[in-house]
Amino acid sequence: MSDLKEQILKIYPDAVFEEGECLQVNVAEKDWFAVAGSLKNELGFDVLSALVGMDWGESLGVMYYLTSTSRQWTVIAVKVMAESRDDAYIHSVSSLWKVANFQEREAYDMFGIKFIGHPDMRRFFLRNDWVGHPLRKDYDADPALNPIRMDDETNEDETRSFSLDADGKVVENPGKVFEENEYVVNIGPQHPSTHGVMRFRASLDGETVKKVDVVSGYIHRGIEKLTEKMTYPQILHFTDRMDYMSAHQNRHCLCMCIEKALGLEVPRRAQVIRTMMDELMRISSHLLSFGCTAMDLGATTAFFYGFREREMVLDIFEKTCGARMSMNYNVIGGVIADLHPDFQKDVKELIRIMPERLKEYHTVFSGNVIAKNRLVGVGHLSKEDAVNYAITGPSGRGSNWSCDCRKKHPYAVYNEVEFDEILLDGCDSYARYMVRMKEIEQSCRILEQLVDNIPEGDIRAQVPKIIKLPAGRWYQQVEASRGTFGVYIESTGDKNPYRVHFQSPCFNLVGVMDLTCSGYMIADLITIGAALDFVIPDIDR
Amino acid sequence: MGIDRIKSMPREEFKNNDYIDRLVEELNATGANVMVGKFDELINWGVANSLWPLCFGTSCCAIEFMSLGAARYDMARFGFEVARNSPRQADYIMVQGTIVHRMAPVVRRLYEQLAEPKYVIACGGCAVSGGPFKNSYCVVPGVDQILPVDVFIPGCPPRPEAMFYGLMQLQRKIKVQKFFGGVNRKEKIEEFFAEHPEEKGQIG
Amino acid sequence: MFDFGKWTSAFNDLLLGTGMADWLAVLIECVIIAVLILGVYTVLALFYILYERKLCAWFQCRLGPMRVGRWGLLQVFADMFKILIKELISLKGTDRFLFKLAPYLIITSSVVMLACLPWGNGLQIIDWNIGIFFVLAVSSVGVLGILLAGWSSNNKYTLIGAMRSGAQMVSYEISLGLAIMTIVVMAGTMDISKLVLEQADGWFIFKGHIPAIIAFLVYVIAATAETNRGPFDLPEAEHELTAGYHTEYSGIHFGFFYLAEYLNLFIVSGIASLMFLGGWMPLHVPGWDGFNMVMNWIPSPVWFLLKAFFISFVIIWFKWTFPRVRIDQMLAFEWKYLMPFSLANLLLMTVCVALGWHF
Repeated sequence: MSDLKEQILKIYPDAVFEEGECLQVNVAEKDWFAVAGSLKNELGFDVLSALVGMDWGESLGVMYYLTSTSRQWTVIAVKVMAESRDDAYIHSVSSLWKVANFQEREAYDMFGIKFIGHPDMRRFFLRNDWVGHPLRKDYDADPALNPIRMDDETNEDETRSFSLDADGKVVENPGKVFEENEYVVNIGPQHPSTHGVMRFRASLDGETVKKVDVVSGYIHRGIEKLTEKMTYPQILHFTDRMDYMSAHQNRHCLCMCIEKALGLEVPRRAQVIRTMMDELMRISSHLLSFGCTAMDLGATTAFFYGFREREMVLDIFEKTCGARMSMNYNVIGGVIADLHPDFQKDVKELIRIMPERLKEYHTVFSGNVIAKNRLVGVGHLSKEDAVNYAITGPSGRGSNWSCDCRKKHPYAVYNEVEFDEILLDGCDSYARYMVRMKEIEQSCRILEQLVDNIPEGDIRAQVPKIIKLPAGRWYQQVEASRGTFGVYIESTGDKNPYRVHFQSPCFNLVGVMDLTCSGYMIADLITIGAALDFVIPDIDR
Repeated sequence: MGIDRIKSMPREEFKNNDYIDRLVEELNATGANVMVGKFDELINWGVANSLWPLCFGTSCCAIEFMSLGAARYDMARFGFEVARNSPRQADYIMVQGTIVHRMAPVVRRLYEQLAEPKYVIACGGCAVSGGPFKNSYCVVPGVDQILPVDVFIPGCPPRPEAMFYGLMQLQRKIKVQKFFGGVNRKEKIEEFFAEHPEEKGQIG
Repeated sequence: MFDFGKWTSAFNDLLLGTGMADWLAVLIECVIIAVLILGVYTVLALFYILYERKLCAWFQCRLGPMRVGRWGLLQVFADMFKILIKELISLKGTDRFLFKLAPYLIITSSVVMLACLPWGNGLQIIDWNIGIFFVLAVSSVGVLGILLAGWSSNNKYTLIGAMRSGAQMVSYEISLGLAIMTIVVMAGTMDISKLVLEQADGWFIFKGHIPAIIAFLVYVIAATAETNRGPFDLPEAEHELTAGYHTEYSGIHFGFFYLAEYLNLFIVSGIASLMFLGGWMPLHVPGWDGFNMVMNWIPSPVWFLLKAFFISFVIIWFKWTFPRVRIDQMLAFEWKYLMPFSLANLLLMTVCVALGWHF
């Protein structure tokens, strides 16, 4: 760590370091863009893992979490504070890390921080006539200001960018999303293939897509604001309802983050149970993904086959957790209930049956020449782009980027089990699809190693009645079904968090829609979306 | 047009019959012509047994709705499986998931695009009341604020069995309604929109 | 084999025997036939809807409609009543006349085609020397309906759906026509009743061996595309264009599209059975007289319907199994492979016929 400190001091002598779970560098706003460039290009911090907008009372700011793939996935935190609260601005890093594009728009929407040099500074989640920025601590939540508006929202064809003039004042420059003579087709928010309420505005040339504009926020429920008024055990249930197909992993992540802050040791039995539940959830999620991909391509029968096996996983969940979805199983310090007596039997049955069923899926769907023609070579995403857009999970690994959090930062009992990180170099929809199918096999492999080795013991550690986290900030990542899921908690020592941010993998996935769809046909837009497999409530939160 | 004459739907299988009883009483207060009554029954039988859903889901409940269509639960048994993607051809909108401020006018628009007779089911805690997100700054606390809801299905998400129960409740409700005259559904809907005038969106 | 022509001519004699004028008798016969054909149309469409729903349930390990009537037999009637009373929505900014005309164009074209099919021995409504050519010509009117529906709805999805449909149908009509021509070359007639009679000693798919089998395969593929069914269901590609060209239609207008879709499936299956599987002609094996006798006892309409249902089964099977192709792949498949292939096949058939290499 001291080595890294010296290197950072070399590129930025004014750096102020703060101690925490990882190295934190405080950078002045005026130097930020230059420092960011050096961090990326000279020190090799090529992944922007998270961008968290913050309201620290005296000023607004942003926490950046940077990861370096060349330094064993070292994570550093960078704190940048805007110079004033009223007209807060920070230089945009969207030209360095493309993933920052949407994340800065989110921060603008929630905090009103203007990002200088960002090409397209529109609101991301809220209506464009929304008053105020909700995540600010001084936000006026009066319903009279923002009633349920039933008039239709206007299409935003105009955009703006901000720049600094000679006196250091923020100037607004108008821009355009679509030119006037473009044929723009609206897809969503109510559309069968957007997998929820996502809206794309696609500019077409014949049937070829020229540009995709993502309009999000049709299920933005303001979870991050809600958490600020709740105690730690109360906020757990939100994670199950964000990416409902990674309910266990998301909740696992939040619990781990809180446990890390509390310095809590989780019993081994609970660790093993959590690992197994995570993998079962992954199987369930990938089966759903298989079904939906098939359905979006018109192979309806394959969808039913995927759901048939998914019901087996849901049965296992139901017996142990008491619910088919939104299981609410992980709690701080362990899990809420012990395993059902049938658990091992059911899991073994699932492991036994899956390999032959996977073969059947291949025969029915992906082995078909039509499906192959629709998927192979469609939606090209190079490895460089995947890193730059922080596309993790099966989609990133389909671009041959080794980004599995279970391998890079092992948690629970992942360092004790043997499994392969599936990497394919197709960089297309087919590779993404195949990674999922092969990950089901690997998940079965993990389950097979664990199912007979569940240790006896407590399922939950002793936790204090009232959970108060010490002052500080923590960032925890796990490998959810769709990529790296991160939780950021900032605490002031109170029983409610000061700020919670969920860095969802799907948020990044939807960021590459424009890149991957441009130049392909409108029918491919659906396939690409299906193969990227984003879950909308996870994007909008 | 008595409640006991809803065939294939035994009364004892339903726990909350009071509501339906009241509805029948209200309907029969004006009396009905025999011919018209018979014709009504036929149409209601048709409508009740051919409820085509609009594919509309915002979150977790939509996945359970997909399970409902899948092989284990198989809503095709009731003839519900013809999920239409175009609201013009669907019969009911099952609001599955949270409705937020940005989505509210869209849902209202979708409802207006449905062809009569049309029904609304609020499915899941979020659609019923806002659920766990009730206190949020941008969540509509219950879809009944913006749409005239026929059936509420609680749960987070409701189990497929619960969805079946809700759908069968809707069938019962349809079977006792009157297509010609009587207490007309359409009037009730107009009443609802009269009560929520400032929120009425633009059509067209 | 029982000749239904006896009944029809007896009925004709009966009418004329009452001393009424010729034109009046013809008029009465026309009205009766029109009513009959509309009745058959409805019943068949309803049957097909249930047939497909049950079949797809079977492919997908489900039960399909079960609750309405025994085994869900009344399900389609419930759907029909529902669709009849559904509100018809008229939209702002649409071309009202064309919007309302489109469903009728489609339904008319499929009713006319239905009238051309050989229902049984002597059960033929439109029968003249260019019968099969007439069927092909009428089938193109349906495309017009789809194009009008898409255009007049004033909606981007419907427009894309209609344009796809136009491109698709115009392209696949060529292969369809060439496959039919292959058989016409062999039979030497376009007359539908003669085509059937030609197959008395063996169905064309056996008589024409290799080129006929190839033509049959080409026909089934092209017919699937013609009826807009999966894997060629691009015009109404549900997951791309919500409901394609009929997105904006509601109530009975949508019902017309829905019925016509199923009826077209029956019609192409019927034509396939006419051209390749002998129409209403029973399965005859030369020399096996006992077997041929037994086959003859089965009434001719049953033969025709069973053959049509079988081919429909295959096409439905395609739909529920295969993913959807993309528009450029579909057009490339037609113009680069299917059409040259069927042209070559036509040539092969001509050579076979010229040299007498067929049975």
